[in-house]
Amino acid sequence: MIDTDNLTKKFGDLTAVENLTLHVDDGEVFGFLGPNGAGKTTTVRMLCCLISKTSGNATVGGYQIGSKEDSLKIRKIIGLVPDNVGLSENLTAYDNLDFYGKIYDCTTAQRKENIQRFLDMLGLWDKRNVLAGTFSKGMKQKLAIARALIHEPQVIFMDEPTANLDPEASKTVRDFILQLKKEKKTIFLNTHNLDEAQRICDKVAIMNTSLRATGTPQELERSVSGRKTVVGLEQQVNDVVLRALKKLPLKNLSSEGNTITFDVEDPDKENSPVVEAIVQAGGHVRSINVVGSTLEDTYLKLVRK
Amino acid sequence: MRLSKAWIIAARDFKIFRRVKNVWYSIIIFPVVISVLFPAILEYLAIRGSHGLAAPSVLPNLLTSFSFFLVIGAAYVPLGIASYSIVGEKVEKSLEPLLATPLTDAEILLGKAISAIIPTLVAMYAAAAVFMVGIDEVTFSTLGYYYFPNWNIATLLLVLMPVAIVMSVLFSVIVSSRVNDVRSANSFGIFILFPLLGIYLLSETSIITLDVNGLLIISGVLLAVAVALFFVSTKTFRREEILTKWK
Repeated sequence: MIDTDNLTKKFGDLTAVENLTLHVDDGEVFGFLGPNGAGKTTTVRMLCCLISKTSGNATVGGYQIGSKEDSLKIRKIIGLVPDNVGLSENLTAYDNLDFYGKIYDCTTAQRKENIQRFLDMLGLWDKRNVLAGTFSKGMKQKLAIARALIHEPQVIFMDEPTANLDPEASKTVRDFILQLKKEKKTIFLNTHNLDEAQRICDKVAIMNTSLRATGTPQELERSVSGRKTVVGLEQQVNDVVLRALKKLPLKNLSSEGNTITFDVEDPDKENSPVVEAIVQAGGHVRSINVVGSTLEDTYLKLVRK
Repeated sequence: MRLSKAWIIAARDFKIFRRVKNVWYSIIIFPVVISVLFPAILEYLAIRGSHGLAAPSVLPNLLTSFSFFLVIGAAYVPLGIASYSIVGEKVEKSLEPLLATPLTDAEILLGKAISAIIPTLVAMYAAAAVFMVGIDEVTFSTLGYYYFPNWNIATLLLVLMPVAIVMSVLFSVIVSSRVNDVRSANSFGIFILFPLLGIYLLSETSIITLDVNGLLIISGVLLAVAVALFFVSTKTFRREEILTKWK
């Protein structure tokens, strides 16, 4: 549904997006992760044909970005939830949606049906005749999502849809995205909320001007950061134990309180000598666990590269 | 370019304007002042018997000068509307989702222009009607005939006024791209009135005359200015410019 090939955007001397190559399948929820200023919004704007690319290629729904004719076709099949909701505050919720329905050539019946359906799903139907300017942040965000869906687009771009929302509103928005996922909508989700990405996304990409990694959240957790062994001792970790462990070829060895942590590739082979070394140094092992790294570990490692 | 799409934007803006007091003030105050003030001045002069100004030989020139204020008003009124229509969207950050729709830049720009031009034309034509009736009422006894309508006012209302409105709207688009609030947009927009005030002063010093030919020549010049402003505004009103360079 979305393909980019070495997509690059420069603003003067500043490179916002560099050689981005990625693929999003039809019906997939794709999480685009990265810190502020990583080029996530610029990428979305290029894919929505709002700004031009500097070089490279990209297609959305088979249409080429950068082509004048295809740009209009792309904009017909996409819906955008920008980072700023951008509602007309002096219009009611209903009128906001009706306006966009008209722009997309929806019939009166379609507009009525979709407005009721989406406002109902997002719990805003009772507020349909209230001015959008009087809405809370969460309600505005929901209305912006409904606006992006009014013409039933094939692809929905969401730029930080839960940023600055309270936990309850965030959950409603997340649940709604999951509902869209069930309906096999393709969703391109810009976020720096890793928990959200892990819960919602089929695939994620980590970006910091250039693409750092892409895959399922589980793949990224495994492939980039690997696993860790966490050893719990009966007592505080002392210098004798640490000196003994430093003689072993352990990666990223660290200790805190009565816990020792190190990276492990083959726990069956690598953990036994560690336990032996601790016991010989007078330590008493209470527990030993192998834990996978989190998406957060992967993310931090990759964006700091 | 699809006119129907531009009309959807204009219709949405009309709905918004109904709820924005400042836009109402822009549409109402100046036309009311022009349509009521000038007949009132003449009535006052007549009551005082100031025949110097209200004498039959001087009166037609005076009425022509007064009429020109309809053009100045027509250029002033859309400043408030167009500024709100564009800067208001900037403030609400509602341009980005609009630009992500299958509308072309030209359709959006035309929609914005229509939403400023139509209320201005309606307000100014209503003001002109009241103005003409009021003036005729006040001056009939002195002139012995109804001064309005005449070819001068027809040229002024049907040719010069629309050109002045379009010029003002296009100038507002350019100004709106550089400022962040409606008040600043209005303040800078006022500059578009200077050429019109200049024309008025030149007519008062008899360097130019505001007869039909004079008005057509002025319309031609302003049309050329409007065309130049159109090219600048279309360069300004491009989605990439709006999203990355508009302050």
